[in-house]
Amino acid sequence: MDDKLIIRGIEFLSRLWVGTGKYKDFEETRTAIEASGADVVTVAVRRVNITDRNKENLLDYIDPKKYKILPNTAGCYTVEDALRYSRLARESGISDLIKLEVIGDEKTLFPDTLGLLKATEILAKEGFVVLPYTNDDPVMARRLEDAGAAAIMPLGAPIGSGLGIRNPYNIKIILETVKLPVIVDAGVGTASDAAIAMELGCDAVLLNTAIAGAKDPIAMASAMKHAVIAGRLSYRAGRIPRKLYATASSPIEGIF
Amino acid sequence: MRLKINGESAENLKAATIRELLDELKIDSGRVAVEVNLSIIKKVDYDHHTLNDGDSVEIVNFVGGG
Repeated sequence: MDDKLIIRGIEFLSRLWVGTGKYKDFEETRTAIEASGADVVTVAVRRVNITDRNKENLLDYIDPKKYKILPNTAGCYTVEDALRYSRLARESGISDLIKLEVIGDEKTLFPDTLGLLKATEILAKEGFVVLPYTNDDPVMARRLEDAGAAAIMPLGAPIGSGLGIRNPYNIKIILETVKLPVIVDAGVGTASDAAIAMELGCDAVLLNTAIAGAKDPIAMASAMKHAVIAGRLSYRAGRIPRKLYATASSPIEGIF
Repeated sequence: MRLKINGESAENLKAATIRELLDELKIDSGRVAVEVNLSIIKKVDYDHHTLNDGDSVEIVNFVGGG
């Protein structure tokens, strides 16, 4: 079954994308990511530790030849900062992809969509493959598409909240509104949440805390892998309509 | 030379260029990006971008994140 996810000519091997934050150590990060089957991993851009040069580097464990590295602009609250982090990420020479975040509020980490739109427009013109983290607003999704985004990444719920897909109907409307791939980013708490996102017709799911924060991250990574595959297959298979009353599965004829 | 590197003062550095600074700090240039006084320095310019006393240098890399 040919069911590839392609964004701007880049072919993605998995529809589960994972973050690399909050793990116990790099070894656990590597094992969990391997178990998840993801070929896209997000990373953050931060200062090199100058004083302790013996510290290991994440990329010693996550080989950029094997994984697509998706740098984020997490922690950026202004357009200027988001642009700065994006350009630095690209200059590292590892990736032209950017998971664009312009955060508007510390407590909820909800996006500042006005800033996001502006930054998307500028970075798209500079040739970045811009993947904006946005809220579940179909109108903003269309604006981001017009601004040159390569995909739309609506949140299912606040980052790290594990509340699941709080507004599946909006996600559904976003899917009908834009032609771009839609990737649910943030909010997934457990495997069924990821399956729901995929059953809605989303092109991929991006998550971090649900795996890294689980009691057994490796087992959860595997659960997520299967949930995303099952959700995608289920979406393509076409579910039955919901009905209020029963329809017998066994024939009425031949009853004695 | 005296520089500000990642927000910290650094004195008595021998490096005159970005390349020499990264070597002096034992940083693999392949995995970092460098900014001097808020301007990004392209990798091809590391060899000949001269540092001046008092420059503010940012050296960033990728860390775990979501």
